[in-house]
Amino acid sequence: MSSITAPPGENESHVTSYPRFLGRSLWLATEGSLAFYAWMTVLTALFLVGANAWANQVAGGMIGTNMTDHVSWGLYIANFTFMVGLAAGGVMMVIPAYLYRDRKMHDVVIIGELLAIAAIVMCLMFVIADLGRPDRFWHMMPVIGKFNFPISMLTWDVIVLNGYLLLNLHICGYLLYMRYLGRKPNPVWYVPFVMLSIVWAISIHTVTAFLYCGLGGRPFWNTALLAPRFLASAFVSGPAFIIVSMVLIKRVTGVGGLDQPIATLTKIVRVTILINLLMVTSELFTEFYTGGSHTSAAKYLFFGLHGKTALVPWIWTAIGLNITAALLLLWPGLLELRRRPLLVAACCMAFVGAWIEKGMGLIVPGFIPSTLHEIVEYVPSQLEWKVTVGIWAFGLMVFTIAIKTALPTLRHPAEH
Amino acid sequence: MANTESTPQPTSKPSLPVVQNFTRRAAVKGAFATLGAGAFVAAVSPLRQAAKNTTAAEFMQQHYTELSPEQKADVIARLEAEAKEQYGADVQIADDRPIPGTKFVYAINLSVCNGNGKCVEACHKENNHDRDTNQSYIRVVEMPKGTMDMEKGSTTYTGTVPKDDKFYLPVQCQQCDEPPCVDVCPVKATWKEEDGIVVVDYNWCIGCRYCEAACPYHARRFNWKKPVVPAEEINPDQSYLSNRVRPVGVVEKCTYCLHRTRRGRLPACLEACPTGARVFGNILDKDSNIRWILENKRVYILKEELGTKPAFFYYFD
Ligand code: SF4
Ligand code: SF4
Repeated sequence: MSSITAPPGENESHVTSYPRFLGRSLWLATEGSLAFYAWMTVLTALFLVGANAWANQVAGGMIGTNMTDHVSWGLYIANFTFMVGLAAGGVMMVIPAYLYRDRKMHDVVIIGELLAIAAIVMCLMFVIADLGRPDRFWHMMPVIGKFNFPISMLTWDVIVLNGYLLLNLHICGYLLYMRYLGRKPNPVWYVPFVMLSIVWAISIHTVTAFLYCGLGGRPFWNTALLAPRFLASAFVSGPAFIIVSMVLIKRVTGVGGLDQPIATLTKIVRVTILINLLMVTSELFTEFYTGGSHTSAAKYLFFGLHGKTALVPWIWTAIGLNITAALLLLWPGLLELRRRPLLVAACCMAFVGAWIEKGMGLIVPGFIPSTLHEIVEYVPSQLEWKVTVGIWAFGLMVFTIAIKTALPTLRHPAEH
Repeated sequence: MANTESTPQPTSKPSLPVVQNFTRRAAVKGAFATLGAGAFVAAVSPLRQAAKNTTAAEFMQQHYTELSPEQKADVIARLEAEAKEQYGADVQIADDRPIPGTKFVYAINLSVCNGNGKCVEACHKENNHDRDTNQSYIRVVEMPKGTMDMEKGSTTYTGTVPKDDKFYLPVQCQQCDEPPCVDVCPVKATWKEEDGIVVVDYNWCIGCRYCEAACPYHARRFNWKKPVVPAEEINPDQSYLSNRVRPVGVVEKCTYCLHRTRRGRLPACLEACPTGARVFGNILDKDSNIRWILENKRVYILKEELGTKPAFFYYFD
């Protein structure tokens, strides 16, 4: 009775069967083992802690964060930037599946698309968490608010992120709905959208990089390499996350056919992580060989400046993780089935490495030293950590439910 | 077709009628959902406090440039009442508009400025800044003589000024003619007016702080908390776009004291300066002092290479 395939009456219209499909999916997604309920309960609890912390932040003002007029963006925007990358990273499944017609990848490509949905939801939550006046959110909506388009890059970002969310909701929703109806999906209704989503994935991260690299007053961000670097690290973190998810999905649900996609993704990360390291090296060479006051942020980040060293441990941890992960991934033996734990470890290292590099290692040093060359350091407050953990928990809940909804499709890929 | 695909469910006994099982599970799920929703409402309950501080009228208020004269009058009356209620002060909030034919420009004589910081203090008082954080729109950088590199400067200098080997560089909003802060704002909450002053509608800003990241002169401030100003210290002489007490969660900045300068007075920082280093005026007025300085002194602007075109100049004698 748990099948998602429940063909409705012959002449039933979509108006009634689509809501029924949604209800059915929700019902199925909330069915599960004890471990599943325990996992969801823990996530819910963490989410509630975050929601409470955020409510306190709104009520008491953002003084509860450790951000200042000097470092005016912190952990939230760092996570936002990283999540955009994660959302874009899913495209590394879509490209092999649709452009290179990799059948095995095609069967499970929906994992990448569902990840994109969860990641974008988190992005939007991080933006809201960072607003001083979330009650004025409507000012940012086109037509009823005052949308500074096309001058403000932030408005571009709002458009591309929401567009990407809609695209992926449509693609996943359509495929799962067809499955529910027991019909063969009509390529006209989703393939063009998939192709569009490939270009769109690149755009979300490019526009997000433009948010920062367009600011002349922040030399650390003001580099043409920022957007390519963002993409390279997105193509590390996205596939790394998906590999770990697939290993877990295989273990927990016994879905088959995942090993080949895992191998393909590992091969992709093997290259992208090197490209990312190459770009970092190139950036560092330019900074340090040239010298001058443009270098102060990089100096602060890597070695500390005037005795202030808050970010130094972060960045060296990231570098250490990235290099170890890169070396592990270069080793062909990593793909052997019995070395799955090691593969997972390598992916986790790459993932955390990218998270630090893009967050604490990129957003924060943009503000240190400040535009008047003052050095005010930043370490996230407890409240910021709570909100962040809460949003991550919510994202994982969305991802878990989404994957559960898609399980029948993953088990028995349709012939399309 | 169905059962082959089902997730193993340890709890469902084959002998039970499916419907009964369904209802029981539905009830359990419903209970959990209700519990979750209840916990969520409890978790975000501090929001109720915040909602009390935002009236419906404030929530619905339109952008400054779209308010009709009647709406503006209502808004101002509401803000004055709020100042009374929340700060216990009787204030007058005007709506000072640019005077046609003016373009305000500032200049500072760095040979004269001795870093005493009276301007910083005057700004703090004039603009009803938060007392707890000792906020001000002006920062003075103590620079070693012989360099223009701000990297070598210090904003936290102490001791008797002026020191022999130093000069002093006060920095505030440069009222850029190509202001990056205005470009980046996603909701047009900040803009440049005809007399050159860059203003913020504190009731429209969403507090994203993108402008703070974009400004190359550290000119913008965010209200991390609700400003605290004792009733007797509040400067009651206010304007909607300048020194009225700002709400929490929005960005603010120097407005060249438009509540004074648009009424023919001088900025508070200039009046407070004991050395006479500050010169302010209308650059379109050919006989003005400022015009004479810009024409005859060797003036320079900060971070010229960024193309922000400041309306704020520095010079040495
Ligand atoms: S100094 Fe900063 S805040 Fe003032 S106009 Fe220029 S960019 Fe904007
Ligand atoms: S903080 Fe306010 S003024 Fe600044 S960019 Fe955001 S909305 Fe605009």
